[in-house]
Amino acid sequence: MLSTKLFTNEINFDETNKTLLEELINFGTNLGADFIEIFLESTDNISVLAEDDVITSVSPSFGKGAGIRIFKNTKDGFVSTNDLSKDGLIKAITQAVEMLDIVNLSTNKGFEGLEKLRDYSHSKTNWLKEIPSTNEISDKLLISTKSLKKNEKVEVRKGSYARNFQKVIIASSDGTYAKDIRLHQTVGLNLIAIDKMYRSSGSRRLGSSDSPNDFRDWDCEKTSNEVFDSSMNMLYADYVDAGQKPVVLANKFGGVIFHEACGHLLETTQIERGTTPFANKLNKKIAHEAVTAIDEGVSSGSFGSISVDDEGMEPEKSILIENGILKKFISDRAGELRTGHKRTGSGRRQNYSFAPASRMRNTYIAGGKYSKEDLIGSISDGLYCKSMGGGSVGATGQFNFAVEEGYLIKDGKLSKPVKGATLIGEAVEVMQKISMCGNDLKLAPGFCGSISGSVNVTVGQPHIKVDSITIGGR
Amino acid sequence: MDISEIKNFIIKGANSLEIKKWDFGASFSNDFSVQVDKGEAKQLKASQKQIMTLRVWNTHNLVGITTTSDLSEEGLLKALYQANLASNYGNKFEKTNFSPLSKDPIPKFESRINKPSGIRKLLKILRNAEDKLLKSNQAIKSVPYNGLSESFFKRIYANSDGALRSYENSQAALYLYARAEEIDKKPRSSGSVKLGYVVDEINIEECIKEASDKTISHLNYSNIKTGKYKICFSPEAFLTLLNAFSSIFNARSILDGVSISSKESIGKDIFSSCINIYDDGLHTENISSAPFDGEGTPTKKICIIKEGKLKNLLHSEATARIFKTNPTGHAGLGSKVSVSPDWLIIEKSKKDSSLLSNLEYENYKGEFIYIEELNAIHAGVKASQGSFSLPFDGWKYNNGEKTSIDSATVAGDFMNLAKNIINIENKQITTTNGISPHIWINELSITGDA
Repeated sequence: MLSTKLFTNEINFDETNKTLLEELINFGTNLGADFIEIFLESTDNISVLAEDDVITSVSPSFGKGAGIRIFKNTKDGFVSTNDLSKDGLIKAITQAVEMLDIVNLSTNKGFEGLEKLRDYSHSKTNWLKEIPSTNEISDKLLISTKSLKKNEKVEVRKGSYARNFQKVIIASSDGTYAKDIRLHQTVGLNLIAIDKMYRSSGSRRLGSSDSPNDFRDWDCEKTSNEVFDSSMNMLYADYVDAGQKPVVLANKFGGVIFHEACGHLLETTQIERGTTPFANKLNKKIAHEAVTAIDEGVSSGSFGSISVDDEGMEPEKSILIENGILKKFISDRAGELRTGHKRTGSGRRQNYSFAPASRMRNTYIAGGKYSKEDLIGSISDGLYCKSMGGGSVGATGQFNFAVEEGYLIKDGKLSKPVKGATLIGEAVEVMQKISMCGNDLKLAPGFCGSISGSVNVTVGQPHIKVDSITIGGR
Repeated sequence: MDISEIKNFIIKGANSLEIKKWDFGASFSNDFSVQVDKGEAKQLKASQKQIMTLRVWNTHNLVGITTTSDLSEEGLLKALYQANLASNYGNKFEKTNFSPLSKDPIPKFESRINKPSGIRKLLKILRNAEDKLLKSNQAIKSVPYNGLSESFFKRIYANSDGALRSYENSQAALYLYARAEEIDKKPRSSGSVKLGYVVDEINIEECIKEASDKTISHLNYSNIKTGKYKICFSPEAFLTLLNAFSSIFNARSILDGVSISSKESIGKDIFSSCINIYDDGLHTENISSAPFDGEGTPTKKICIIKEGKLKNLLHSEATARIFKTNPTGHAGLGSKVSVSPDWLIIEKSKKDSSLLSNLEYENYKGEFIYIEELNAIHAGVKASQGSFSLPFDGWKYNNGEKTSIDSATVAGDFMNLAKNIINIENKQITTTNGISPHIWINELSITGDA
């Protein structure tokens, strides 16, 4: 039953495929599909790992695949395949049509052929030659892990690099025909420090989009110092006492709180599911008036930026919340069809094997007027969350975030480091409690896992003050 | 082209590049899944996937690797070439070899594979299940997360030393996650997951009932006061926690310095003497069982903890060689081979008579917290430090009455927890992650917002 055959790939990743794509789309529309979209992908990736002073893993990977999506009314059927032969793609389209129970054969519902290719890739074709070689990557990672060995308490040192190079072609029955190349590079440093019974860890991950030279330009000594300082500060830290307190969340990755607690709830997929409390709140106040929040895919070099989304639409800059008022949702094609919210160039997917969904890109709270010191100075007993770990949000808007590096605030000043803190709360409540925004907005790269897989995003914010939040501790 | 043909093509390609030593693991699968929204089909998915990971050894016996989904002849030749290039960066200080057991007989494996049910049948079953769940209680307003899937797969391992093994199997999964709402109360949600080899083997009615009962039981909720409480972990929750800290018996993690155990931990008491822990990937209840691992090593049952003492670690070929033992069948296939547990089984040992056997979660009348499910494991577990701080779904029990707990976290140190088990109930319960009884801990920190 299961095929283990070797395939013949017939589809090309250039303009010569236009006739074949039109033939395939015609085939689908003639079977009665309202809309058909073909997403072709070719990847060339590598990851490298340095542990202590040795390269312990070099893992290249490459592949090709296609994702076929068909709509009939508001229903969609999605088929993915590695078989890029014409027969393989026709089989995939047939399967998608059959899944939707389309029985009324009709001829071509207005498909007038593909538009002229929008080629976002033409200035990017040399990137694969410009990016660092495996030798360069290995050498720099070893320099970075060596620089982590700053004292005898450092027991484990790791440096990792990953490159994702993705060529895509998007063609659909509304005429969309676009081609792009995406390049993402990430580099991370981790260490574990041990002194008798005390243990701590430190880590930083940086990422760039569409900039071949960013790894070469990376200041690994600066990152190494940050990781080392963070782990040393936390090595002898006491566990935080649990309770409800005001907190100041640092800029950059502190923005994960907005991403998890609010951003996901502004994706149209959440409206479709009925899992967002904000579904009927357009033009209503959902946050403190200090909060203006943005989602965009256009900041040059930012990890969540894209030239074109995975449905062939150019990304827009969306003001989601303006002075506390909900202004817009993050929408994709299915979201527009099912909820009526206009697409925002946010249809994204991890790869060809996922159907696109409305997903965040670069999402951040805009800067305010206060300094970091103003925020800390306004608190007599609270917590400063300098570095945040991961988090998640549940089906009812409950969220949680781990605090990687935290400090007590006593009488308006930073006090001793504390570990083991988790911030928990409800999205609807916490958005009303962000009362002060700093003037130091910064972004940080990350990966967001959701319905259409793991996609690269940035989170961001200035320093912000939350008047009260539950801190899980001991 | 069948498996032998793929192998023959690799032999031919390897010869053309003068590669003498190689191995590969490949997977071929067909997957089907449906989701519904109030009776309407929401998204219907099918996929055909194949992936191969290929390792080659160069003349210095250093290994290089490439993974590809392009199984055209051109793609396989490119993979061999890239792997050969990558071997220049092979780790000189920890060389990799074939598993010495890669040609040993594999255990008899009963493939339960069946024909795909078809999308229409999946859709009909899921529509009915959603409808029944919505009608099971008027407070249940939606089933926002739901899905029914079937997967059919074939896996292969082969090497240039003559090993060639494969198996086929299928797996089906149903998940129903309901959302309940009552006026002036926060919405509450919970759910259930059931697995089977094929859809017809899934107990759909039980999944519906479990999702409904769990969701409704959380409607009567209240905040909990922050403090230290006696804890009873459900089998699911304890297995989740144990899996999150499985680096304590993972040889790879120990060698990498990211485990709170060490080489010297073998033979030492790391748990209460009342507990035995096994890993048994071939257990009949393990839907994901496989007869061999990524390196071709046969899967087998292994005792990890015996009466609280660490007896054995989980190994790949490389870690087993360093520890001077045999691989245990828990390896992946990669440039640096990972190690992970398959199916953990926890049981009460015969050693400790000091357990408080009156602690049974269904009968105990005192105050305790029942942790049904732990959440956000990726964010709240620090395996290398041994600490955790995790949100959970659960109840506060007092005088035999239970009240659902509004958002709260449980925090502690895993090694302290492991040595502070005060009861292991007699009944072992099979879950989707393994088998465990209910397990009681003397005291852990709970943070609530009361």
